[in-house]
Amino acid sequence: MITVKDLHKKFGDNEVLKGIDCEIEPSEVVCVIGPSGSGKSTFLRCLNMLEPITSGEVIVDGNNLNDSKTDINMVRTEVGMVFQQFNLFPHKKVIENLMLAPQKVRKITDKEARERCLKLLEKVGLADKAEQYPQQLSGGQQQRVAIARALAMEPKMMLFDEPTSALDPELVGEVLEVMKQLANEGMTMFVVTHEMGFAREVGDRVLFMDEGMIVEEGDPEQMFTDPQSDRTKEFLNKIL
Amino acid sequence: MIGRFNWAGVIDFLPQLFTGLYYTLLISVVGLVIGFILGGFFGLGRIAQNRALRSISIVFIETLRGTPVLVQAIWIYYALPLIIQFELGSVTAGITVISLNSGAYIAEIVRGAVQSIDKGQMEAGRSLGLNHGQAMRYIIWPQAFKRMIPPLGNQFIISIKDTSLLSVILVPELIFQGRLIAANHFNAVEIYTTVAVFYLAITLSLSFVLQRTERRLDI
Repeated sequence: MITVKDLHKKFGDNEVLKGIDCEIEPSEVVCVIGPSGSGKSTFLRCLNMLEPITSGEVIVDGNNLNDSKTDINMVRTEVGMVFQQFNLFPHKKVIENLMLAPQKVRKITDKEARERCLKLLEKVGLADKAEQYPQQLSGGQQQRVAIARALAMEPKMMLFDEPTSALDPELVGEVLEVMKQLANEGMTMFVVTHEMGFAREVGDRVLFMDEGMIVEEGDPEQMFTDPQSDRTKEFLNKIL
Repeated sequence: MIGRFNWAGVIDFLPQLFTGLYYTLLISVVGLVIGFILGGFFGLGRIAQNRALRSISIVFIETLRGTPVLVQAIWIYYALPLIIQFELGSVTAGITVISLNSGAYIAEIVRGAVQSIDKGQMEAGRSLGLNHGQAMRYIIWPQAFKRMIPPLGNQFIISIKDTSLLSVILVPELIFQGRLIAANHFNAVEIYTTVAVFYLAITLSLSFVLQRTERRLDI
C-alpha cells in the first residue's frame, strides 16, 4: 500500500529524516514510537506530502508522490489523516465538518453526504452531537469527530499523528477504542504514538525511530519484551 | 457666546449640505466596495505562491500606504490625466483615490487575518483532498473574515473621514460645500460645526452597526 525508499527530509541544513525504507501492507497497523525530535511526525507527514520530501521515493497506492504528474489531491482523498490538535473547522457544525470534503471533492449530493456522515458519527458514538460546534465538545469527542471526518472520504488508509497526545488522560481511552475498532475492521493504519499499550495490543508491527532513522522494527510483543538495539532498550526503559 | 451665532439660519443651507453629504457617502461606499475587492486581491496576492503576484502586491501596498492621501488625490486629478491623455471627473478621481488608498490598508488587514488562522486548518483541509483554493474558500476565508471585521470597521471610518481631503480636487462633498457656504455668508462657526456634526453622524452610525455585527457574530 505504501512503499518508502531512502526517504530524506531536510529543513534548511537540518536533516530530519536520514534515509528511511519502509513497506506498509494493506490492512496492516504500523505503530511508530521514539523520542521527540526523532522525526516520527515528519515521516508521517511525508506520506501525504504535507511535507514535501527532499529526496527518495514515497509510493502510495501506486502513486509516486515525487512525480510531478501525480495529482496529490487525488492521493490525499485515499489517505485520511488525524492530527494531534484535532484541527476541526471551528466555524462549521460537527456534521458539516464531516460533509465538507465529500461534497466538494467527491461531489456527492447533500443527502448522500449527510446520510454517510451521520452513520460515521454513530460509529464513533457521537450522532447526538451532529448539530453542535466543535468547541462545545470535549477533547476526546473532538478527536473522534476528526477521525470520522477523515473516514467520510472513505480512504484506503489512515495516518494518525499522535492522536491522543493533546488529550486529558481520562479521555485517551475513548479515542483509542475507536482506533482499535477501525483496526479490527481491516483499515490500513500508520500511527505515531506514545501509547505503548495501544502499539502492543493493536499494532501488527512497531517501528522505533531515533535521530531520523528507523533503528529497529518488528513484532510488538518481541519489541517490547526483547528489544535488540541498545537505543530501543534505553528508550523503553525510560518510558515503561 | 453661542447666542451670537445664527444657528437657525443653517436650515437654509441644509439642501446644499445634503448634496455634499450625498457625495461624501457616494464616494465612501463605492470607494470602500472597490477598496475591499482590491484589498482582498492584493492581501491574498501578498501571501500567494506566485512570486510576480507577490511583488506586484507589495509594490501596490507600500506605494499607497507610503504616500499621503492628499498627494494621491492631487496626483490622480492633476497629473495622471496628462500621462494618460484623458480627463478624469473629480468624483471619478475621488472614488479612485479612496478605492486605492483603502485597498492598500484593507490588503494588510486581509493578509493579517488570513495569516492569523492556525496552519492546522489549511493542513486539515488539504489532507482531506481539497485543493488550495477550496481550502481557502471554505475553511480559511470564513474564519479570517470574522477576524477582519473590527479592523475593517476602523478602516471604513478612516476612509470616510479621508473623503474630506477630496475637496482640494473639487469633489462637491461635505466640507467643499461647507467652505462655499461659509465664504459667501460669513457663517463659519455655524456651517463648519454642522459639517463636523454630519461627519460624526456618519461615523457614529457606522460604529453602532459594527458593534452590533460584532456582538451578533460573537467576535
